Amino acid sequence: MTTDAAVFQGLSWNLASDVRQLFAFHFMVNALVAGTAVAVLAGSIGWFMVLRRQTFAGHTLAVIAFPGAAGATLAGLPLLLGYFGACVAGAIALAGVAAEQGGGHSRESAATGTVQAVGLGLGFLFVQLYHGLLNGLQALLFGTFLGITDVQARTLVAVTAVTLVVLALAARPLFFASVDADVARAAGVPVRALSLGFLLLLGLSVAATSQITGALLVFALLVTPAATAHRLTSRPVAGLVLSVVLGLAVTWLGLALAYFSIYPVGFWVTSLAFGAYVLVRLPRR
Amino acid sequence: MLAQEFMRNALVAGTFVGAACGLIGYFLVLRAQVFASDALSHVAFTGALAAAAFGVDVRVGLLAATVAVGIGIGAIGERAHADDVTIGTVFAWILGLGVLFLAIFTTESSAGNGTAAVRVLFGSLLGLGRGDVELATAVSAVAIAGVVAIARPLLFASLDPLVAAARAVPVTLLGFLFLGLTGLVAAEATQAVGALLLLGLVAAPSAAAHELARGPYAGLALAAALAVGCVWAGLALSYEIARLPPSTAIVAVAAAVYVAAAAARRIRGARAFT
Repeated sequence: MTTDAAVFQGLSWNLASDVRQLFAFHFMVNALVAGTAVAVLAGSIGWFMVLRRQTFAGHTLAVIAFPGAAGATLAGLPLLLGYFGACVAGAIALAGVAAEQGGGHSRESAATGTVQAVGLGLGFLFVQLYHGLLNGLQALLFGTFLGITDVQARTLVAVTAVTLVVLALAARPLFFASVDADVARAAGVPVRALSLGFLLLLGLSVAATSQITGALLVFALLVTPAATAHRLTSRPVAGLVLSVVLGLAVTWLGLALAYFSIYPVGFWVTSLAFGAYVLVRLPRR
Repeated sequence: MLAQEFMRNALVAGTFVGAACGLIGYFLVLRAQVFASDALSHVAFTGALAAAAFGVDVRVGLLAATVAVGIGIGAIGERAHADDVTIGTVFAWILGLGVLFLAIFTTESSAGNGTAAVRVLFGSLLGLGRGDVELATAVSAVAIAGVVAIARPLLFASLDPLVAAARAVPVTLLGFLFLGLTGLVAAEATQAVGALLLLGLVAAPSAAAHELARGPYAGLALAAALAVGCVWAGLALSYEIARLPPSTAIVAVAAAVYVAAAAARRIRGARAFT
């Protein structure tokens, strides 16, 4: 790695040298590694999230990561602990709310909204109590894709691997329980335990992801590639693969475009993902 | 407490915004569209940043963005009733645009540095001036009048869209009108009290009203009353405890009311309306 000799040259017509330039800086390598892990993670778990119609829950978990980080900063704890603690607590709260309501989509949506509002309220309180945070707030909300450390990148790859293994083990019953909860329950599938487990897994992946992409942008990678994949195919394996591939393509292109332009990564990634969604949606109307 | 002008301003604005949020929230919960209001409050954020980036009045940006996206969300869904996945996809992109405008805004004015973003997200109920209060009151009054005017057909269309359509109720038009009104409230509430408070006032008091009230009109009235009550209690609480921000206090009171209402229904064992 010739990090010291690397110089930003701008975009040229030579595609090979452009790609070589992308890998010249260490921060870009970290961003690409982390981005790849995030895209695989969010693409696969997001596919189940869209299948289970839990988009609102996913966004709520993403937002809850913010009070977790703010609270950890206030208490002087490591940020990582704040992210994971808040997301796990949020997942348990959401699962409890869902079990309590016993079906009924309207009550679930109201309860999810309340959980999110309480989380944000706490986050604001923490920010108020800790005045110094205000400058870092933008990073908490929108992420620091280009400032990823080696430790963060390694943690992210590890979390992705663990989540993928768990997801692969639980995939069959989870798919059954998501598509038809009543029949699955009758067949002896532990639907409630799966529901809690899935929310915990979602919380963990959101916590891992939001350190990199920020609390607001996790959601784009969770929902958009998965929604596009669901539009294209209803076959589970093909859909999962498609969702991951779309996530990867969008993240890599987004990072490359952000490197060569003055606009932020978040804008490019969300716009590319949304563009793909609109493309698959148009001819079906 | 009432001797302070900023408290009087906060109470007046909070009362009107609270009542509007309660009424809209009752229907949002009934139609399982709370996510739409969440999305719209973030749209308000993007709208405000866009206006700031291009040097337009922030209020105009907010209002135009939320009402336009509210109606846009309706256009994507069937019978102006979009599902969560569609809302989520649109909303994720809008957030991405928000990041872009934030980047433009912060590079152009070094003084910005995300503070504007924080204000939009969390509002400042205690920092409202005379003009802000008048605007909040007027917009909320329009929204309240709008909801009350379409309450009866909207109730029918929300509970049973197919039968309502068969009885010649304009279900799609009502859906659009409702989302437009939601956008209006989201814009006003975000500006006056912050996106955070909007969600708390829309979801929690209305959910409590759904648990407690027996009939739809009683539920609507209760939702508005509870939302206003939460604003008052939260303001009083934050006035007593200096370090507690009003938004957090109001949300905490609203969540407590919701938990109490859910517990009360459980003890009574009765199934409320819906």
